[in-house]
Parts: sequence; structure tokens; C-alpha cells
Amino acid sequence: MVVKQEEKSVFDREELMTGTDAVAEAVKLVDVDVFAAYPIRPYTGVMDRLARFIANGDLDAEYIVADGEHSQFEIGKHASSVGARAFVGSSGVGWLYAMESIGVTATDRLPLVALVGNRALDDPGAFGVEHNDALLVRDLGWLLCWASTAQEALDTTLIAYRVAEDPKVRMPAAVAMDGGYLTHSQHMVRVPTKEAVRDFLPTYDLGNRRMHPDNPVSIAPQVNEDWVMELRKQNYEAAKRSRKVITSAYEEYNSIFHSEYENPFIEETNVEDADTVLVGMGSAAVVARSVANEMRKEGKKVGFLKIRWYRPYPTEEIRKALSNVSNVGIIERNFAMGAPDDGAITMHDLQSALYDSKNHPRVVDFIAGLGGREISKKEVRKMFEMTADKKSPKISWIGLRE
Amino acid sequence: MVEEVEEFKNANLYKGVHAVDLEELYTSGHRTCQGCESALVMRDFVKASGPRTVVTGATGCMYVANTSYMTTPWIVPWMHTQLAAGGASAVGMAAGLKALMRKGRIPKEKINVINFSGDLGAGDEGLGGLSGAMQSPYDLLVIVYDNESAANTDIQASGLTTWGAQTTFSPTGPAKRILHERWKKNLAAMMAIGHPNVKYVATSCATFPPTDYMNKVKKALSIGGPTLIHTIDPCPKGWDYHPRYSHVLGELAIKTGIFADYEIVNGEVRYTYDLRNKKRVPVREYLEKQGRFSHFLDEDYEYVQSKVDEMWDEWELPGILPIKAGLKVKK
Ligand SMILES: Cc1ncc(C[n+]2csc(CCOP(=O)(O)OP(=O)(O)O)c2C)c(N)n1
Ligand code: SF4
Ligand SMILES: [Mg+2]
Repeated sequence: MVVKQEEKSVFDREELMTGTDAVAEAVKLVDVDVFAAYPIRPYTGVMDRLARFIANGDLDAEYIVADGEHSQFEIGKHASSVGARAFVGSSGVGWLYAMESIGVTATDRLPLVALVGNRALDDPGAFGVEHNDALLVRDLGWLLCWASTAQEALDTTLIAYRVAEDPKVRMPAAVAMDGGYLTHSQHMVRVPTKEAVRDFLPTYDLGNRRMHPDNPVSIAPQVNEDWVMELRKQNYEAAKRSRKVITSAYEEYNSIFHSEYENPFIEETNVEDADTVLVGMGSAAVVARSVANEMRKEGKKVGFLKIRWYRPYPTEEIRKALSNVSNVGIIERNFAMGAPDDGAITMHDLQSALYDSKNHPRVVDFIAGLGGREISKKEVRKMFEMTADKKSPKISWIGLRE
Repeated sequence: MVEEVEEFKNANLYKGVHAVDLEELYTSGHRTCQGCESALVMRDFVKASGPRTVVTGATGCMYVANTSYMTTPWIVPWMHTQLAAGGASAVGMAAGLKALMRKGRIPKEKINVINFSGDLGAGDEGLGGLSGAMQSPYDLLVIVYDNESAANTDIQASGLTTWGAQTTFSPTGPAKRILHERWKKNLAAMMAIGHPNVKYVATSCATFPPTDYMNKVKKALSIGGPTLIHTIDPCPKGWDYHPRYSHVLGELAIKTGIFADYEIVNGEVRYTYDLRNKKRVPVREYLEKQGRFSHFLDEDYEYVQSKVDEMWDEWELPGILPIKAGLKVKK
């Protein structure tokens, strides 16, 4: 491949790396000031690699091995409060162990960035992917997105810092990726240069909210019913504003790094003129896209829609893409026990986004790939067929042992 | 008179009460009870540390009763941290400031990083995080202000509540006179012994001996690395006595020996109030003045006295290290 002159200048190299390696590379590129680690599979690889950067002198940061995830996330939060760019991460039960801290980081409006290597919640033990860990924070004031390839993981981490730290947003951001399928699988990744990243991402500046003797603020005092509603409203408005900030961040990212993120929030494969569309997040997208392409060649009007940003939820994009489709099926790598219609989590958000549109499609839900079970091409094909079949049930478990 | 000790010659210790700074960095605006000694622990540490300080306060009375929106008493930057996050909050701030100074994003200077946490916050739920902070390489101070209960949530027993005390979680009743049967955790010594790198651990009472507490804060901040001070704070509401007696009770906690007052500096123990081989004030004089022990019978006073005597007469390191038999058991 002939590398154009201008491309040469924004990329340092191309390298085979795993999803977690790619995130570590991004964390190095943003010149993170503080990161804190605690081990749990499958996210740990990111910290292993960052630790190696420190050992080799490739990264100038304070690196703390915490006594637990609660401390790990508190360290990140408080480092962020003094104006330091910070990074943390976890998986499954580790993410839940940090939950108290995850909640306050959002309400404190501190732009910490975290990696969630999605993992099933214990018990019983399973290292494999399920999305319940990350989805648990969907309403707390975190920005939340899924990467499906290592390149996307690197790009999204850089973008996550940019959006989170924007003064119009100032919310923490979680970059999620499927445990095993992305955390541990290798892809070719174009690694940008430090200089180009510096052009894209301004220095983190918490302004008049930073903790420093020259700026004697009191942060998070007791407010009770007197002020909580006003503060929640500010947070709510920031989440709304984040949509525009995300859009402009991707536009700039595309122009600096010549990447082709058409729509920041969703990625469509043959959706435009499709009758039947499957929707999913994370690594399932890779299989589903290829099946959708195969079936197109057979003349079937099917498409696939990947959701990249789950919070803020791409309401308008989903409406626009799916309102006139006849049948929509959702691949869910999560569970929601006793929820409406006994469907899983993302079905409810999707249905409510479509409720007010004139011709909303029939929506069915597929619970699949829990605990890291593989979602095969054959199963995706079956899901397409079931989605197209008006007689199929509202909720189906796919790949379940009989 | 303060001893001139080599390692603290740059600590600007107060030589007597008249030398104490008049400037208040913790002022009006808080809503703590009359006679609240924990509030004094706040006021005095920040006096001793001065304006180049950042503070986090864990959930508890010193947050909820202390720092209401728009009436905060803090002149220095202050931030709330979670009940169990005292240690981690200090680590996070110290790490962040260090990185920013190294990278030239803020001026290089000494900024004191201090967290205060209550006995429940630091001694129970946050014990792991406190340990993590004591293992860290950063200059930081954690002050465990010990009012011997979860005071903010209406006086529940903690792992540091005196044995036998009545609290809302340990009322006295006909079937169980004593419901709180845990012996007070030996927190400061546990931190000192468990973290050999820590250069300074102290216990203290905010009012007795005068200036001792403030000077301990100065020592902790000047020696470097992670440090810890554990204070005993009489709490009129939780201990049930008239607010006028707070100082009396603090002094008695030390003089009876139920709360050992000492510092461990670079591995060397220095008793602030040495009760070894000395006649101690009977512990009953301290307990009897508090309504939380109003259900005590003679046998209860005797039991507490016997444990205090054991602590001073039988422990390998009196008041600090609860090893009695030493190597003798190995014979
Ligand atoms: C994780 C968590 N659990 C429980 C509480 C409720 N709570 C608030 S303050 C408090 C008591 C804290 O006791 P202590 O640390 O001794 O401080 P004090 O109130 O005595 O000053 C408790 C239990 C909380 N805020 N957070
Ligand atoms: S309850 Fe005790 S600790 Fe809390 S404000 Fe009152 S006196 Fe102080
Ligand atoms: Mg307490």
C-alpha cells in the first residue's frame, strides 16, 4: 500500500495488537497523568501493557496498584479532581465492586475514562462476555460506548477523553469491549503520532473546579433537597449536550486521522433499503455484518445496525434508520430478569426510541452468547430468519442447550 | 515544652499555646454539636498545616454536620469522599499533584494532602483503603477522628467503640445488658506495625496535652511519606454527657490509659503520656461520667479496668503491641 505523504505524518506505525493493547496505546498517547490498576480478567491486559510502558520509561505517569477496585476508582476520581488526566478499568464483579465510586464520579462530573472488559457476573464463575456489568451504569451519568475492533478501541479511547473533558460535557466515559473476543484477539491497528493526538485532544483543564490551594473550592458539600434537583438537571443537560460534542469530535477525528466514521453513534450495514434488520453491540457486529452481506448476495433484504454509543442513546439515529423497516431483531448479550415482556436490556431502550415514530417495526429480542458463548454465523442467519418471520416469538434464547 | 528533635527541626512546631497561629482556615458555617471535639480536630489540623493544603473528608458527622452547601467552613480546598475512600482519596490527590508538578502544569511546591475519616469510615469499611494509602509512596496524612461511633447516622457501634457502650445498635435490655462485645480495634498500632515503611504514626487528643495534636500534625506533614494520626474525640451526643465536659473526658481518656497517647517515629516509640509503671487514674472515673455506660455494673467496670491494666502491665510494648507471652510460648 502506498502511504500518502499526509497520512505518514499522523501515523507512527501499524501494529498487530489486542483490544486491550490498543486501549493502552491510546492511554499512552493522551499522556495520562495517573492510572490505577487492580487485576481481573479480561480487562487486565491494558494495565499489564501500561505497567510495561512505565517499566521501560515510555510513559510519564503516576502508576498505582490499588488495594481494590473501590480504591482504584476513587484514586482515579480524586486525581481527576486536582486536574490530572486519569485512567482506570475493570470487568464483571470488579466493576461492581467499584460501583459506589462509579456513581459519585458521575455526580461529581469528573471526566475519568475507564475500560470495561465485559465479563459475566459471578456466580457461577465465567470469564466470558456479558454486557450487564457496563450496562449497570447506563443511567448514572457515564458516557458509555462499545468498540468492536482493536482500531476502534484505540480511536474510541482518544475520542472518549476528548468528549468527557469538554467543558460542555465533563462526564466520565466508559469504553466497553467484549471480554475474550476483543480484549484478547489481535487486529492490525494504525497507531497515531503523539503530535497528531495533541492536535486532537487539548490539555485537560478543570478550570475553576480543580482542587488546588490557589482555587479554594468546596466540592460536593451536603446539599439535601435544597439543591439536588438543580444539580441533577445540570448533569442531565450535559448528557444531552454530549451528543453534539460527540458528533463534532468524530468529524475532527475523521479529518485528522482520515478515518471513516460515518455516523459516530451507529454503524449501518445495508440498512437503508432493508426489510429486516438485526441490531447489536460489540464483537457480535463482526459476525452479523458478514452474515448480512452474505444474505444480501442471496437477494435477501437484510441489514445490520451496530450501536456504538449507548449513552447518550442515539435516539434520532435509531428512529431515522429503523422507523420504516418492517422487522427488527436485537442480539442481546445481557439479561434483564422479570423485565417488561421478559426482554433483555437494550430492547426496552430501542422500543421506546421507536414508539413515537409513525411506522414502527415489529421488534423481537434474542438473548444470545451469554457468559462468552460463541454466536455463530449459523445462529445469526437463524436470527435473521426468525426476525423476518412474523410468527416468531417476541423473545427467544439462541444457542441454548436443549 | 516541646523537645527539639532532630528530624522535626524544620517542622515549625508550636512552642506553647501562645505561639499557635491566629488565622482560622476552618471557620464558622458548620453545624456540629456544642462541645464537639471532632470539630476541634478539624479546626486544629488545618491551622497546623496552613493554607497550602488540600483536604478530603469522608462521609460522617464531619461531612454532613460540617459542610453544607453555601455555608462551608473550609477556607482551604475541600472535597467530600466516600465513607471508605479516605485513604484512596489522599493517594489520588497526591498522585495527581505530583504528576502535574513533574510535567510543569502547576508550580512545584509543597502542598499538604490530608484526608480525615471517622472511626467507622477508616477503621471498619475503609481499612483496606487506609492500608493501601499507607503502602503508597506519597506524602499524605490521614487523620482518623474517633468519636467512637457512627455518629452521623445516630450513634451506631463501630469497631472502635469502647467495649460495652450503649449505642443505637447496642442498646441494653433485660436479656442482654451488654450488646457491644467487641474490644476496641488497636488502629494506629495496627497501621504502624503493618506498614513498616510508614515513618510517622501517632495517637492524640485535640486538647490534652495542649498543642500536642497540632504539633503531631506538623510532624506528620514534615517527615514525608504516608502518615497517620488517630485522635480520641469526646462526642457529647454519642457519649451522653453535658458538652461542658468534653475536654475533661479527653484528658481522662489519656490519663486512665484507656487510650494510649504516643507517636512512632521512624520505628521509635515515644510516649506522649507515659503510663508505664505508673499509677493510672481508675478507668471508672472516665466511664462513669458518660451516659453510654450508665448500665454498667461493678463487674463491667472491673472488666474494662482489667483489660486496661493488661494493656499497660503485660503487653510487650505497653499500650501499643498486644503481645503478652512473647517468645516464652516457644519453649
Ligand atoms: C457506603 C456507605 N455506607 C453507609 C453510609 C451511611 N453513613 C453515613 S455517615 C456514617 C457514619 C460514619 O461514621 P464515622 O466514620 O465514625 O464518622 P462519624 O459520623 O462518627 O463522624 C454512615 C454509616 C454511607 N454514607 N456510605
Ligand atoms: S454527634 Fe458527636 S461527632 Fe457528631 S457533631 Fe455532634 S458531637 Fe460532633
Ligand atoms: Mg465516628
